[in-house]
Amino acid sequence: MTKTNWKNVWALFLIFSKIGAFTFGGGLAMIPLIQREVVEKHHWITDDDILEIVAISESTPGPIAINSATFIGYRVAGFWGSFAATTGAVLPSFIIISLISLVLSAFEQNVYVQYAFRGIRAGVIAMVFKALWTMAKKCPKHWWSYGIAALAFVLSAFVDVHILIIIASCAVLGLVASLVQERRAKK
Amino acid sequence: MIYLELFLTFFQIGLFTFGGGYAMLPLIQEEVAAKGWLTMDQIVNFVAVSESTPGPFAINMSTYVGIEVGGVFGAVCATLGVVLPSFIVILIVARIYEAFRKNRIVAGCMQGLKPAVVGLIGASVISMGQTVFFSAGLSFAAINWFWFIVSAIILAGMLVLVFKKVHPILIVVISAALGIAAGLLEPLLTATT
Repeated sequence: MTKTNWKNVWALFLIFSKIGAFTFGGGLAMIPLIQREVVEKHHWITDDDILEIVAISESTPGPIAINSATFIGYRVAGFWGSFAATTGAVLPSFIIISLISLVLSAFEQNVYVQYAFRGIRAGVIAMVFKALWTMAKKCPKHWWSYGIAALAFVLSAFVDVHILIIIASCAVLGLVASLVQERRAKK
Repeated sequence: MIYLELFLTFFQIGLFTFGGGYAMLPLIQEEVAAKGWLTMDQIVNFVAVSESTPGPFAINMSTYVGIEVGGVFGAVCATLGVVLPSFIVILIVARIYEAFRKNRIVAGCMQGLKPAVVGLIGASVISMGQTVFFSAGLSFAAINWFWFIVSAIILAGMLVLVFKKVHPILIVVISAALGIAAGLLEPLLTATT
């Protein structure tokens, strides 16, 4: 990629702002839309690339939506491609939430809105629990994997350990466990 | 300097969120609630708002916190902060991605990060449950039993619907309707006891 194709940069911006404006739930909900636009319509990348992009987005920090926008943008049109795709993915949310925050603060004191939110807060726990369930199913199925989940849970819920320390030490534990397992498999 | 603080806080959150979406929730609770930028109630409310509006949870959350704390420029700083770590890391990974994918150290760390995120979100569910069921503190004398029971019914009902793959917006709407109905019934029901 020697010369930036500005037509593609602009197309990336439009595609990702459309995706950002129409996906609810974010992250993985975006993948089918990305696939339709980038693979089927523009033939910029292949279906296999999409799978790789999802795998890489999940093993790098940050929101999956931003990771995949940056990655696809880079593959299609270099640095400015990634810049355009990421900006496009962010902009609709940014504008919508800015407007909503005005509405929210105007109605926060309304008694019916307060009742509604009391109900909603209970419903939200169900939604987060569902997300938790989905993520738990994607975990490695080993006793040490369950152990790490339990450790992170206890340290975060009952012992006042900073989350960043928990995350870093669980990464190290996972690395050690998988290296030990690999060595055992070789014997 | 509030703008710099917003930027740095969300930069840190972006850098340490693996798996996207709700994986960010424990960090938001720890950083944003601890700094007094939002209350736990507001955070849980906003999860519902984010489910009912398009776009990634991370961007919605950073924009909302930013605007509440520091206006539109605060929202720009927070959102830039949450996006930048991904952007930089992916630009690097995109160049070396064959090597990155096959790297045993990266793969090994992921084996620990996936269950860690599950444990952390589990802890978030517990603390969210505390704000929903014991909003007046953990002492039993202070519990509002009416709302305790209403919340338990809504939670149980929504759990069933969520696992039946009912759309999140519908979950929010139904929960809101039940909340309003309970609010209107409260004076009638509590007067008789």
